[in-house]
Amino acid sequence: MPTTQENWNPGKSDNRHPEVSYEEKERLFLEVKNDPRYEDFLYGCYECGICVSTCPSARFYDYSPRVIAQAMAREDIERVYDIISEDIWNCAQCFSCLRCPRGNNPGGLVTLLREVAVKNGLQETKDVLQGYSRVIYKVMLKGNQVSPDMLQPDFFPDWGPWVGEFSKNMPVWRKAIPVDTLRGVTDAAWKTDRKTLLELYTIWFETGNMDIIKEIDEGLFDLLADVMQEELEEG
Amino acid sequence: MTTTVEEILERKSHAVTRDAEVAPTHDIREALFELEAKGEIVVQRVPENHVEVTTKYGRTKKIPIDHTWHHKSCGQCGHIPGYTSSIYWLHRQFNLDYLDPTDQTSCTGWNYYASATSNAAAQAAVMSRNFAAAYETGYFPTIHCGTSYGHYKEIREQLVHHKELRDEVRRILDKMGKPLVIPEELVHYSEWVHVMRKKFAEKQTVDMSMIRATVHPACHYYKIVAEDAIYDPEIYGGQRTATVTATLESLGIDVADYSTWFDCCGFGFRHVLVQRDFTRSFSTLRKIEVMKNEVNPDLTVTHDTGCVTTLDKSQFSAKAHDRNVGIPVLSDAQVAALAMGAHPFRVVQFHWHSTDWRPFLDKLGINWQKYWDEFQNDLELIRAGQKSGITWEDADKPVVYA
Repeated sequence: MPTTQENWNPGKSDNRHPEVSYEEKERLFLEVKNDPRYEDFLYGCYECGICVSTCPSARFYDYSPRVIAQAMAREDIERVYDIISEDIWNCAQCFSCLRCPRGNNPGGLVTLLREVAVKNGLQETKDVLQGYSRVIYKVMLKGNQVSPDMLQPDFFPDWGPWVGEFSKNMPVWRKAIPVDTLRGVTDAAWKTDRKTLLELYTIWFETGNMDIIKEIDEGLFDLLADVMQEELEEG
Repeated sequence: MTTTVEEILERKSHAVTRDAEVAPTHDIREALFELEAKGEIVVQRVPENHVEVTTKYGRTKKIPIDHTWHHKSCGQCGHIPGYTSSIYWLHRQFNLDYLDPTDQTSCTGWNYYASATSNAAAQAAVMSRNFAAAYETGYFPTIHCGTSYGHYKEIREQLVHHKELRDEVRRILDKMGKPLVIPEELVHYSEWVHVMRKKFAEKQTVDMSMIRATVHPACHYYKIVAEDAIYDPEIYGGQRTATVTATLESLGIDVADYSTWFDCCGFGFRHVLVQRDFTRSFSTLRKIEVMKNEVNPDLTVTHDTGCVTTLDKSQFSAKAHDRNVGIPVLSDAQVAALAMGAHPFRVVQFHWHSTDWRPFLDKLGINWQKYWDEFQNDLELIRAGQKSGITWEDADKPVVYA
C-alpha cells in the first residue's frame, strides 16, 4: 500500500506487506543486524528529530531517518520490512543525518538495508535499479562512474539545450583539455591502464560483487561476466 | 538552572578554542601507527614539504604541498574537466611536482551509495588498491572528489575497527602483489587549495573585490568523519569548515552568508541520474533560489564534483518555471586559477558549464569573447588535423587581461 498523508504513521507498524511472512522479514532484519558495521551505526534514538530537520529527502518524500533509527532500535520487524522494500531508495546519502546527538548514522543504516535488499533480490529493488543498470555497467567495466559521452540531450533534456553542444562537440572538446589523462577520452572519465582494470575485475569477483549483480539483474551479469572473464583469461 | 539569552550570547561572542586533549573522538592516526607496528598495514607518510592545519577538535593535520598523486573524480573528469585542469594548472604555476596517474579507478562510492551493488570488502579493496598504486610511485595521494574523501575516511575507520575486513582485503591485495597501505592523512584537494591560498593571492592578476560569492560546503567533505575537516576560528568563529570560504576571502571576494548553507546540494547519487525531479527541486528551491533571494551573489563556489554539476545543471528547468535562479557555479580551484590568469576555456573550461557564466566574466572585466574566439581557432586546428589537442604548452602561460 503506498504511503499517504492519511496512512503515514511513523510510530506504529501497519504490516504493509502481509504477502511476506514474518519469518522472512525477521531473516532479512537479522542479516542487517549481523553486519559488523551495524553496531557502529546505531546506538539508540532520542527522538529529537535533528536528523529529519537536516534531511533533504524528508522535505520531498514521506521519508524519515528518525523512523529508520527508531524501527531498527526497537527491532520492529514489520516496519523494517516496509523501510527495506520502499523507503531506503529515497535517501540521498548526503549524511547530513550524522548530526545526530546520539551518534547514530541513519544514512549508514540505509546503506546496510540497501545491501541486504540487493543481495536478496527484492522485487521492489530490481524495479528501482532497472533504470540505473547502464551506470552499473559503466562503473564495473571502466572503473569510473560516468563518462563524457553519457551527456546526451535525450538523456538529459532537463539540463537544457547546452547539453546538445556538449554532445555535438564532444570529440573535439575532449581533445582541447590540457590534462594528459583526459585528452581525447570520451568513453571513460580518464585513461586507465588495462592492468588496473584487471585488478578491479579481480576485486569484483573475489568480494562476491558479481554474485550481487547476478541477483539483481541476470542479463547485466551475463554481459559483465563475459567481458571480465575473457579479459582476465587473456591478462 | 536556566541559561539566559545573555549568557548564550556572551559565550558565542568568544572565538572557539579547541583542545585536542579533550576531543570527543579518538585520533585514528594513533590506531594506524599501532597497526603498522604490528605489521598489519603500511602507513604512507606525508612528504616533508607540508603545512599543518587545525581540524574540528583542535588536532593538527598535515597537508602536502608537492609530490602528490592525484586521485581524480569520475564526475569531475567526465563532466567538469576544467576542475581537474585548474588543479593541475595551479600546481604548474608554482613548479610543484605532481603525478596524474593512469593506475587509478574511481572509489566506486557513487555506485555504492546509489545502488548498493557492492559491499564493504569490495569498497575497502578498491580504496586499498588505489592507495597501494600511489604508494608504489612514492607520491602521496590527494583526493579530488568530496565523496571519495568522505567514503575513504569511513572505510579507514572500518579497516581499523574490523580485523576480519583487514584480513579479507589483504587476501585480495595479495593476489595483485600489493601491500595494504593507508596514508597517514586523507587529503582533499581543497585542503591543498586552502593552504596555498595566500600564495595564490600573491600571484593574483584579476581584481575580484567587486565579486560577491556564496559557498556551498560539500556534505561528504565535512559531515562524514567530521573531525577530520579543517576549521579556523577566523572563519565563522570556527563553527563551519574553513575551506573554500577562506580561499575566496584571500582572493578579495566578498563571501555572503545564506540561511540554507548546511543543506545538501540535492545530488542524491541515484537521484541525479534517474530521479532528477528530487535533485532539481532541492538544488534550486533550497539552495540557488535562497542564495539569490537573500544575498544575490555573482557566483557560488563549492569543492566537489557532484555539487558543481547539481547546482549548475539544475538551474535550466527552474528558470523555465520563472524561478529566481541564474548563479554560475565553479569550484574553488577554478576561481583561484581564473584569479591568477588561467585561460577561461583552455584551462577553466567554462564551456562545460550550463548556467550562464558570461555576466560573471563581464563583471570581472574579462573580454570572454576574445578568448572564446581564440579557443574556437584551437578547435578548428584540431578539426583540421593540424593540432592533436590542447597541451600544457598551450595552456600554462597566464593570460594578461587588458
